[in-house]
Amino acid sequence: MTITPAKRLGALAFAATLLVAACGSSSATTAPSAAASAGASAAASSAPGASLPTIAGPATCVDGSITASGSTALQPLVDAAGKAYVAACPKSTISVQGGGSGTGLTQVLQGAVQIGNSDVTADSKLKPEEASQLVDHIVAKQGWVMVVNPSVTGVPSLTTQQAQDIWTGKTTNWKDVGGNDQAIVLILRPASSGTRATFKKIVLGGKDEASGQALTEDSNGAVTTAVSTTPGATSVIGFAYYQANKSKVTALGLDGVQGSVATMQDGTYKLSANGHMYSKGQPSGLVQSFLDYMMTDQVQNTLIPALYYAPAK
Amino acid sequence: MTAPTTTLLSVKPGRMARLDLPRRSTQLSAALVIAIVALILSFITWRGIQLFLQTPTPVWQILTPTWQPDPAAEAPVNYGLLPFIVGTLEIFVGAAAIAAPLSVGLALFMAEVAPDWARRITQPALEVFVGIPSVVYGFLGLSILVPFLRADFNGLFRFGFSMFAGQIVVALMILPTITSLAYDAFKTVPLEMRSASLALGTTRWQAIRHVVLPAATGGILTAIVMGMMRAAGEALAVQMVIGNRANITWNPTDPMITLTAGITMDMGNTTSSEPWNMALWTMGLVLLVMSLAFVLLVRRLSARRQVA
Repeated sequence: MTITPAKRLGALAFAATLLVAACGSSSATTAPSAAASAGASAAASSAPGASLPTIAGPATCVDGSITASGSTALQPLVDAAGKAYVAACPKSTISVQGGGSGTGLTQVLQGAVQIGNSDVTADSKLKPEEASQLVDHIVAKQGWVMVVNPSVTGVPSLTTQQAQDIWTGKTTNWKDVGGNDQAIVLILRPASSGTRATFKKIVLGGKDEASGQALTEDSNGAVTTAVSTTPGATSVIGFAYYQANKSKVTALGLDGVQGSVATMQDGTYKLSANGHMYSKGQPSGLVQSFLDYMMTDQVQNTLIPALYYAPAK
Repeated sequence: MTAPTTTLLSVKPGRMARLDLPRRSTQLSAALVIAIVALILSFITWRGIQLFLQTPTPVWQILTPTWQPDPAAEAPVNYGLLPFIVGTLEIFVGAAAIAAPLSVGLALFMAEVAPDWARRITQPALEVFVGIPSVVYGFLGLSILVPFLRADFNGLFRFGFSMFAGQIVVALMILPTITSLAYDAFKTVPLEMRSASLALGTTRWQAIRHVVLPAATGGILTAIVMGMMRAAGEALAVQMVIGNRANITWNPTDPMITLTAGITMDMGNTTSSEPWNMALWTMGLVLLVMSLAFVLLVRRLSARRQVA
């Protein structure tokens, strides 16, 4: 557990900026806001984990204390695996935090955490000389699904072309893609989010979203709430979040394929990407032991499908 | 500040040092706070200007209306912060416009009109108001106000997520701040001024309108500006209801964005070596400068009140 002075100063200064900026709003108002953005996604994702399978711990324990931070899409998986590891090895501590892919990459590079979780590769976010210091470990495949408000009917699936037309603002009514007569409301994730970058690459072919006509919400939880309450709304959320909110939003297939662990695994469902866990340099000690554990049979074939990810191999 | 000479008390030097401890510790606290503030200011400023030092971005570009920080997008990169600056101003001016008349009215009621039992209810109610965390206001806004605006105004609000929703939520949040400060302003008007006015045969309303209100004007303005400052820094609750669309808009029924929402949207997903992240620090610096401008305004207003 090493927190560099620079990082500590950064965190302090950032927390204090909010305070100074708020100027008069008490710390009681800023504290829950910081907790809420991390907590909201954790809460939403913990719901499907209620029926988590009990899995065996690692073959050999390594003592120590490590922290992983980053992607909120990957967080439920790393968290569950960390708990299973620690349950079998009580002398080790594995703490898993969110913060976003960029935070994970920055912190692992600075040495503030030992593992940085990311939806995207390090070279897309860091300078080449920084990215080369990090070692990539692909631990799972994660999938996303297009969802719509339940008021949208008659659209079981979109073709890639239809999705492109909708998200670039060419198609503005659901009736143009076979649905009922209702205006389309686009709800985006922030441009920096891994979810949006993946969707843009795989489905939109790199074309820009019609952000000038869209709303933007910054987490899976907030997006799900906005889609479920706004008639005609559509967005993209992670599999686990969809499973937890099946009653509130309707999933759309892509090119006739419904998103599921099976279709993601056999490659027929396109909207998926690798989940990365980065270490700084070659891992050793508990970091290596935990990353090895992520690749064991019990995590890959039992825990991962139960949390709606697909095995890395 | 000279050390008090305590030679009158014939105590030993060692004990003297111990007696001195409270004064020393308060000095230390003061120095520490000043040092922290100075550190924060220089840190934010340093991070905020990196965009201009490390990339060829000209400073004037932040005053352009296009926010396109994504290097992977087709559109050219442009760090225009104008939608965020305008949005922040709109939220806090709008919120103050909604909250100020209500708050000043409530403060006037509490200070001048209310019987004791009414004051005993309103004061604790205000304190409860202050204690509600901002996430709760945001959640209420998201789950009640936004659907209400969308459904009940004949399609005037297309999304419900709108500037007006943000202004209402922030108005509620700053209401207790303005009210308690305005109440204090009314209370500092000397009783003799009211008595003199009433003795001249004015009605109670005339005394309030022509004596109490003018005398408290400086304090009321300070109260409103303090409320606006709180509004400017409010991040989470506002972000939940405004829809976060980085376009400049003057229409209160449209989605919009503020500086704080812009920062929280992308901070976690960008790394410190990206110009995008540097632009977010620049947003923080702009917000800090706006806040400082308001602090100066408050100081001017309260200085004027002391002269009057």
